[in-house]
Amino acid sequence: MKITSEEVDYVAVLGRLTLEPEEKIKYQSQLDDILKYMEMLSEVDTDDVEPMAGPVELYTPLREDEVKPSLQVDEALANAPEREGSSFKVPKVIE
Amino acid sequence: MEYEPVIGLEVHAQLLTDSKAFCSCTTRFGAEPNANTCPICLGMPGVLPVLNRKALEFTVRMALACNCTINEMSRFARKNYYYPDLPKNYQISQYELPVATGGWVEIETSDGPKRIALTRIHMEEDAGKLIHDDQRPVSYVDLNRTGVPLIEIVSEPEITSPEEAAAYLRALRSMLVYLRICDGNMEEGSFRCDANVSLRPKGSTGLGVKTELKNMNSFRFVQKGLQYEIDRQNTALENGERIVQETRLFNSSTGVTASMRSKEQAHDYRYFPDPDLLPLRVAPELVEQIRGELPELPAEKRERFVRDLGIPGYDAGVLTADRDLAAYFEGTVELFPNPKAVSNWIMTEMMRKLKGEENGIAECPVSPQQLADLLKLIDDGTISGKMAKTVFEEMFATGQGPDVIIKEKGLVQVSDAGELLSIVNEILDKNPGEVSKYLGGKTQLMGFFVGQIMKATKGKANPAMVNQLLAEELKKRG
Amino acid sequence: MSELYELTAWELAGLLKEKKVGSVEITNAVLKRIEEVEDRVNAYVTVTPDSALEQAREADRRLAAGEAGPLTGIPIAVKDNMCFKGRKTTCGSRILANFVPPYDAAVVELLRKEGMVILGSANMDEFAMGSSTETSHWGPTHNPWNLEATPGGSSGGSAAAVAACEAIVALGSDTGGSIRLPASYCGVTGMKPTYGAVSRYGLVAYASSLDQIGPFGRDAKDLALLLNVICGHDPRDSTSVPREVPDFTTFLDKPVKGMTLGMPKEFFSKLDNPDVERCIGEAKSVMESMGISFVELSLPHLDYGIAAYYIIAPSEASSNLARYDGVKYGHRAEGFTSMIDMYCKTRAEGFGPEVKRRIMLGTYALSSGYYDAYYLKAAKVRSLITQDFRKAFETCDAVFCPTSPTPPFKIGEKIDDPIQMYLTDVFTIPVNMAGLPGIALPGGLSADGLPVGFQLIAPHFEEARLVQLAAAFQRETDHHLKRPPL
Repeated sequence: MKITSEEVDYVAVLGRLTLEPEEKIKYQSQLDDILKYMEMLSEVDTDDVEPMAGPVELYTPLREDEVKPSLQVDEALANAPEREGSSFKVPKVIE
Repeated sequence: MEYEPVIGLEVHAQLLTDSKAFCSCTTRFGAEPNANTCPICLGMPGVLPVLNRKALEFTVRMALACNCTINEMSRFARKNYYYPDLPKNYQISQYELPVATGGWVEIETSDGPKRIALTRIHMEEDAGKLIHDDQRPVSYVDLNRTGVPLIEIVSEPEITSPEEAAAYLRALRSMLVYLRICDGNMEEGSFRCDANVSLRPKGSTGLGVKTELKNMNSFRFVQKGLQYEIDRQNTALENGERIVQETRLFNSSTGVTASMRSKEQAHDYRYFPDPDLLPLRVAPELVEQIRGELPELPAEKRERFVRDLGIPGYDAGVLTADRDLAAYFEGTVELFPNPKAVSNWIMTEMMRKLKGEENGIAECPVSPQQLADLLKLIDDGTISGKMAKTVFEEMFATGQGPDVIIKEKGLVQVSDAGELLSIVNEILDKNPGEVSKYLGGKTQLMGFFVGQIMKATKGKANPAMVNQLLAEELKKRG
Repeated sequence: MSELYELTAWELAGLLKEKKVGSVEITNAVLKRIEEVEDRVNAYVTVTPDSALEQAREADRRLAAGEAGPLTGIPIAVKDNMCFKGRKTTCGSRILANFVPPYDAAVVELLRKEGMVILGSANMDEFAMGSSTETSHWGPTHNPWNLEATPGGSSGGSAAAVAACEAIVALGSDTGGSIRLPASYCGVTGMKPTYGAVSRYGLVAYASSLDQIGPFGRDAKDLALLLNVICGHDPRDSTSVPREVPDFTTFLDKPVKGMTLGMPKEFFSKLDNPDVERCIGEAKSVMESMGISFVELSLPHLDYGIAAYYIIAPSEASSNLARYDGVKYGHRAEGFTSMIDMYCKTRAEGFGPEVKRRIMLGTYALSSGYYDAYYLKAAKVRSLITQDFRKAFETCDAVFCPTSPTPPFKIGEKIDDPIQMYLTDVFTIPVNMAGLPGIALPGGLSADGLPVGFQLIAPHFEEARLVQLAAAFQRETDHHLKRPPL
């Protein structure tokens, strides 16, 4: 196996996904197949090749430091699953 | 075995731009929660970031002030972690290619000046704020601060004591404020510091296992937190325990650091180049332009005050710690060219008055012109030093010039020799017993006579002349 | 006489200009057609007849006032991943099932400005992850040519809507073939423009360095008209390229004689489907008869396209989709015990299996210890693929190849076999990797009567050359005129 069951658990926590036991088994086997397919990349000689992050060969544009109107608070919160006053409400975050 | 601490600091400074780093919302504080948000800083589906030019220029300013190398090409990367104050659940930051690398900051230590080397300075965006409910198991998310531009200044692990750490932070803070790119407010979080602390056997060069300290939101807490952590690690090592690499929170009410037992697994930020932003280029011409516009920095200024103006090192340090204070001092010296007298007055009377003031010298009601006028009046004997203190109090309270106050209160010093002489003789005539005791050798009675004269003149008599005249007249009666 | 909904955009534009028909009439015809066939095709997530008719009335007013653009009053379907102020935009996902954006995507603004009539949101694979439009939370879209077949994906709703005459033209997005594959499978013409040619502002991101919005139409002329509306620089998108945009319609009648098309042997050696081989062969003969010559060439790294793509796209997706956490918008699970539990349950409920699979894959590829072996390696291979194309264009004007290894496959056929599904995009993915423009156009029907398309790929920002070639081909052929027997 290219990916262990512990790694599946680890990745699910990093990606914030609850997986049922049968899902875990299915994903492990599917990810394993996919990762095996990707082994072909090791055939490619990439020494001295620059990685490519995207197709546009320009530099990032700069915006002037000008303030534009924000949303109305009610627009900002219109899609909130839960709100209180003008804040988004979430379960208690314990540090 | 004896151990020595090794400290590296990561400082976050909020940049004083008008708009956020990647969107056009205002960076102003104090609004209703989420009033300063838009689809971009809310991390709505489909939105894209565009970098604020000012944020870049401010970053370059600080990097040049810290002697960094500006990288002509750098890159934004995503730092991925889940937290409700981070709407995209990734932070736009820089990782492999920061805007600036290397550089140093000079600090004053008890052993003289020391250079603390920097690893890098990079740009990133701030997160929002969470407010925890005291009564119920809920937290509230306010994203107004989300996306405010930050720079992160990372030092090499070259700091060897909590005092040095504090000196380094003070130096950074005063540079940022000098450059007018950060307000440096630690309590409000616009200037924040995390520390990496480890111990190693004294004299060795390797690095021990480090802990990361967070939540030290004042210079005093940084020193306290570091000292606690150093002591804790020392005890642990002496007891043969191992130091665990972990993040620890400083609790300012107990003065203790405690491990963050976060449920989240080991941090795995999965940095990768942000595909929504292209590589960042800082043109050499822009660097040179910003270099040309840099103001004189606190360290240079301090040196100049000592060298050219003859100000003692400590005083020069205090005067230059704040760009506005230094400008105030220089402005006054221009009008009253006695730097030491100006410095003495600022260091004592002025600092005492400014202590409780939030905004320091910026909102001082006494202008450099008014202070220079006051010092001139002492110098030419119009008022005594003691009177001047009263006048200064009044100036500070009312914003009026010394002339007006002196006139209103009738505070002008009596220096007329004839007038004083008659008062002196009047007092001596009234107190024949004391005069004879004085002449019999009880010379400490001099103070009594002076006091009586001052009382009679309501404190306006020129003390030097009073002393002289008294001595002469007493001699005559002997 | 054809029904109004069967006409091309340029034909309808002519009728509008001559005042032979109004936009309201056209819009009503299309809405009626939607009513007739939509329950069989499922091309739309949302149809908004009232809003469409209001836009049509406004278009008629503009036409009457002489303030109309070339496509004013033409009904269009927009893929459900382009934000629409005040109307739900779901990206085919349960997690955004009730999301109402407070802003318009850049392209939606442009369509409004042109005065086009937006009919509604077209169905799609969830977060554009899929090649069959089966992963939509709103159920699969059916291929109008055979309701048991998939329309391809991920912009299957847009392609099917145009093919079934439920829209005159449509917008889709293409990350690994998501415009070109469904165009081929549904027998319509579709183009993925150069990366950076159309603003991505307001396009719900799947893989940011690969996503690009593009048009669907019944022929090259409709594409040219729609490209004229949507192409151009947008300062809100840092990856949008500032440059002059040509009038694409001026390339429709340009001659193609003497042009050279390259045939990558890495692609042609893989062909093993008789329908595809026949259609490709016929298309080549037609073009040869038009004076176009063909050269075989080698793009040695094409074979690694899928492997590299399925590292890069999921990596970016794992980060792009982190924002769906139940805090600010979208679905939130009930019955959680803590913040982290809320996150995990919300995302487990809100995302479908393919999206979760790609999040896991991308998270893994970026995680500590694997970054170099996966993400970085793939990003280097991406450079090599791009260099291959650059070299190829030294000897040809465009690359000619199939769009898909097979004609449309059956719904359900590949849904449980991710690798087989991924291999569907073998011919389209390298184009996204290099950021090139690619067009898919109808090339005939399979023995079973299903559409087969082919693809032309041009150098960066040479969309006009693709319009020119496609228009010339469509003057000589009638594949694009065929309509499904719905």
